[in-house]
Amino acid sequence: MILTFAQTSLIPLWIIIGYLVLLLGLGVISSKFFKGTAADYFVVSRSVGSFLLLMSVFGTTMTGFALVGSTGEAFAKGIGVYGLMASWSGLVHSGVFFLVGIRLWAVGKRNGYMTQCEYFSDRFESRSLGYLLFAILVLLLIPYLLVGVIASGRFLQATTAGMFPETFAMTLPNGNPHPLTGALPLWLGSLVVCGVVLGYVFFGGLRGAVWANTFQTIVFMVTGVIAFYLIAQKFGGLQAATAKLLASENAERTARGSQMGSAQFLTYCFVPLSVGMFPHLFQHWLTARSAKSFRLTVVAHPIFIAIVWVPCILIGVWAAGLFADGGLRLPKNPDGTPISNAVLGAMINQLVHSNVLSGLVGAGVLAAIMSSLDSQFVCIGTMFTNDIVVRLAGRDRFTDTQKIWISRAFILTIVGVTYGLAVYMMGDDRRSQSVFALGVWCFSGFAALFPLVFAAVYWRRTTRAGALACVLVTTAVWSVLFYRDIFAEKAPGSEDEKLIFGMMPVAIIFAASAVTLVVVSLITRPLSTATIDKFFDPLETN
Amino acid sequence: MKSRRHSTVWWVIWCCAIVLFVVHQDFWYWNDRSLVFGFLPIGLAYHVGFSIAAALLWLMAVKFAWPTHIEEWADRNDAASQPRSEGRE
Repeated sequence: MILTFAQTSLIPLWIIIGYLVLLLGLGVISSKFFKGTAADYFVVSRSVGSFLLLMSVFGTTMTGFALVGSTGEAFAKGIGVYGLMASWSGLVHSGVFFLVGIRLWAVGKRNGYMTQCEYFSDRFESRSLGYLLFAILVLLLIPYLLVGVIASGRFLQATTAGMFPETFAMTLPNGNPHPLTGALPLWLGSLVVCGVVLGYVFFGGLRGAVWANTFQTIVFMVTGVIAFYLIAQKFGGLQAATAKLLASENAERTARGSQMGSAQFLTYCFVPLSVGMFPHLFQHWLTARSAKSFRLTVVAHPIFIAIVWVPCILIGVWAAGLFADGGLRLPKNPDGTPISNAVLGAMINQLVHSNVLSGLVGAGVLAAIMSSLDSQFVCIGTMFTNDIVVRLAGRDRFTDTQKIWISRAFILTIVGVTYGLAVYMMGDDRRSQSVFALGVWCFSGFAALFPLVFAAVYWRRTTRAGALACVLVTTAVWSVLFYRDIFAEKAPGSEDEKLIFGMMPVAIIFAASAVTLVVVSLITRPLSTATIDKFFDPLETN
Repeated sequence: MKSRRHSTVWWVIWCCAIVLFVVHQDFWYWNDRSLVFGFLPIGLAYHVGFSIAAALLWLMAVKFAWPTHIEEWADRNDAASQPRSEGRE
């Protein structure tokens, strides 16, 4: 897949290099504050205040899709993409932070938890559940990580096309120069991104990720707004830009029309529930200094989503108008359809003609990608250390220093394995495409497990058997629908899930998960009173 | 124990959340191409307004239905809590 057209100025690359160096510097500074304890490495000594929590949680939740994908989706499907993905997320994410996040923070603080699996295995008196969830959560996270690593390599390749024509020359099978000739190869771009993320999380742990995320969130929010302003100016203003779209054959992008169905629009509400089961977000919640630290996150999150998404949606639909009139050139898929992920880069390159803005937006996209990758790497390292090594060897077997080094070894291994897998996947377009399709399904998997976490914090009657059955049924239904999706016929270039009766598949999996949990819990033996007392405030009626 | 006022506020917030959930499905603007401020498609403007309403809903929840008891419970050391060592070098 090709993202942008070639350019030869090295300015964008220098800006991106400067940005990556700044990130590494931030990692070095954050590591100076490291207190040497496991709690500090894994959950920042539960000391993160309101602002850092807001920025780190927002940065972790938003991936590169928030800039590049949202613009491309709006180009292809119109303004309805905002209501489908962004406004649902604003309502649902904050609801999950308020209703679930605060309670998990409280339980985590009382019992010293650092991972989701520790919590669930204690909550349901079941080590088996902990191990089962560990396997499922790691399996769901790996494609998510791969998507980030591959996307960063692709983005750097597209941004640097034409910069090194002799060192990285590429030709097409017919002998002509490849459109990406002279670009950093995929393996090198991904290696640089993995190296930088590893650099700031290896020594600083989650503190490094929190600090870096805060900086990266500011960067991708600001660059999005700057790009929007400059693109609008080139059109002759906001009104002129939309007028051009309305006058084009793509005017239907200004409404939802037939571009998405009402059942899909409604059932998309299940997808943002995934934040309730993301293990990396669970770990970020535990970093909060107090429950009050959540307040700003809960209130500002929907507004932050709007600040990032609205400019990108407008750029996307304006691009559709421009493209219809032949005013925008886009690289094409093998079937001749335009590659929608190339829209943002093309709008900047062909309208604004600014190498500085190209570099800034490049840094912004990488910021969005890396702000998710870092937390995921730390999270998997934390889970391996606490849920496998410490649990098998015994809680008091290792000192904190040993735990931190075990975790660092795991983080290093995971980054290496992820990078190796990414390079293997990038070697073949079909393999690479399948990772992106799988990445979309990962969100459905996390979202479908939401009934488990919601019941765990609110319903005392939830039983061990109910929890286990819920996880197993979710896995089974997810696997069946995923298998069905692999063989489904889709629109060329589409990575979306195949709808079921017009609904998002997650709605079906979620329903199966919730019904199983409730029914099995009601017919099996309740948990001991001691366990219930440990996880519920006795002053709170249920 | 929740006070009567606290419970009422909770109900109000839940009702507002349900209303927001319902009005997200704005079928009345589904095919409407008219513009707000001369540049913003009305379907998009509506959902920007929805995002602001969501923020206001959660502001109301934070202000009037804050789970103070959870915070106190988290800080309380009692027989049921089993804090682990968080600092052994």
